[in-house]
Amino acid sequence: MSEINPSSLAEQSVGIVAAQTAHFKQPLRLKSGAILPQFDLVYETYGQLNADKSNAVLICHALSGTHHVAGKYNADDKYPGWWDNLVGPNKPLDTNKFFVIGVNNLGGCHGSTGPSSINPQTLQPWGSQFPVLTVEDWVNSQTLLADYLGIQQLAAVVGGSLGGMQALQWTIAYPERLRHALVIASAPNLTAQNMAFNEVARQAIITDPEFHGGDYYAHGVVPRRGLRIARMLGHITYLSDDAMGAKFGRKLKDTIRYSFDAEFEMESYLRYQGDKFAGEFDANTYLRMTRALDYYDPALPFDGNLSQALDKVCAQFLLVSFTSDWRFSPARSHEIVKALLDNELTVSYAEVTAAHGHDAFLMPDPHYHAILRNYLYNIKVGEPS
Amino acid sequence: MSVNIAEFRHDFAIIAGWLPFGGKVLDLGCGDGALLEYLKSSLEIRGYGVEKDDANWLACMSKGINVIQMDLEAGLSDFEDQSFDTVILSQTLQAVHNTEGIVREMLRIGREVIVTFPNFGYWRHRAQSLQGRMPVSKNLPYQWYDTPNVHLCTIYDFDQFCINCNINVKQRLVLTANQPVTFMPNLMGSLAMYRLESMPKK
Repeated sequence: MSEINPSSLAEQSVGIVAAQTAHFKQPLRLKSGAILPQFDLVYETYGQLNADKSNAVLICHALSGTHHVAGKYNADDKYPGWWDNLVGPNKPLDTNKFFVIGVNNLGGCHGSTGPSSINPQTLQPWGSQFPVLTVEDWVNSQTLLADYLGIQQLAAVVGGSLGGMQALQWTIAYPERLRHALVIASAPNLTAQNMAFNEVARQAIITDPEFHGGDYYAHGVVPRRGLRIARMLGHITYLSDDAMGAKFGRKLKDTIRYSFDAEFEMESYLRYQGDKFAGEFDANTYLRMTRALDYYDPALPFDGNLSQALDKVCAQFLLVSFTSDWRFSPARSHEIVKALLDNELTVSYAEVTAAHGHDAFLMPDPHYHAILRNYLYNIKVGEPS
Repeated sequence: MSVNIAEFRHDFAIIAGWLPFGGKVLDLGCGDGALLEYLKSSLEIRGYGVEKDDANWLACMSKGINVIQMDLEAGLSDFEDQSFDTVILSQTLQAVHNTEGIVREMLRIGREVIVTFPNFGYWRHRAQSLQGRMPVSKNLPYQWYDTPNVHLCTIYDFDQFCINCNINVKQRLVLTANQPVTFMPNLMGSLAMYRLESMPKK
């Protein structure tokens, strides 16, 4: 049996893209009880919204993602958007068919209102005063963006990891507003071990002398060391032991020097990733993203019964997990599958054999992409405008 | 299109005859999804498949069939007790290791169970065995060295298995070349089809 390739045409880039900003003047009440008096969401779109607005797909990002999903801002950009291998003409998420939306979540540091934004009441950066957000808050704000774009019902919400939790939350909170959820390398909540990694990452940031209780903007500094360590820790957990072994093994950069410099290639990699991230990401955003991960637990109000939590869901589901992903293991996806089966919902589940660990959901593995391509190909949308 | 498949897969038509219209059906080891697709179009069943193989899984999903990728030997705990009208194991029994465990799981999940398998007691198989070679036939198309089959059995063997495991055989049909066989089925039958249920509690 050969794999079916509904599109045999050459994959293309979405090309040069530009971000847009939606301003929301109405206050947003958050799950914590805090109220954001007004807020911006920065987003990008690819493809054309069709006449009956039935072809919109929202992509929810994970911990460090942004609205910049595909394409480049100018021809000289070194890298395209973070999921460019998925989104574009003739790509698995085909922009000839779908109108794709990437959004930067609230609390982010790439243009949407977040801790580094100016608090309109104090005219200072929000800093420590910016509220702690939840997956539920993000999804609520994303529905406002859908309203703003005139979209009543999304063809699909797609997300990996923390993004998958948002896709799941869409189906729970707004069952009529989407037809399909693609929940990839995700879980219905975090395990204690998984939350423990987040706690270490946050402690690295909070105990950095330049954190200043979260109000470091006023001091003209950033808790770079803490954020760097947090990111290094994250990178360890996103890869499998085998993938790290294959990528670096015990390879030395040069020779053993009996020092604490980066002598092994793995150390260079982690330091490079940590430095790069610390130079471009906001520590307060990192704290809030990890907290949103910790708090998400839709089964909590139902004594841990996820099947009851999904009682109102009517979306159709595709779930994908990766064999070597130990942060969001296949067993966690099975918990969602079971709850969907208990509710007699339409669901397919694939367990992709992959060596890359959690990072595999961003890789263009041919079988993984064939799964997404075929699933998305079968989604019905109205005529093009 | 898919309804016509029953013309050359008479076992599909028989299985369809054993299912309630619009029923909830689980097909274990569903292959490329041909049976579920046929049952969906002919009986409007609510179907789910379980399949381990990547290419088969993709073929099912492309047909719009709900398919869960898992190894059915690894347990079926995703499925609740008595949550399906019928659980089907179509020509897969001979390839499973934990035969008794899987049949018991099927009876736990489904109110009724359908099992079909190639009859090792079929005279052509016996004739080849007597000639000193491992049987190869339409229903047993593999050579001894590349077969996925690990637990081949005869109709007699499976009847004994059901007695020993306290499983009620509601109905048994035996086919050869798509035709029903009633005379000496364990010798003359190529494909065995069983409708099973848990023994009613006394």
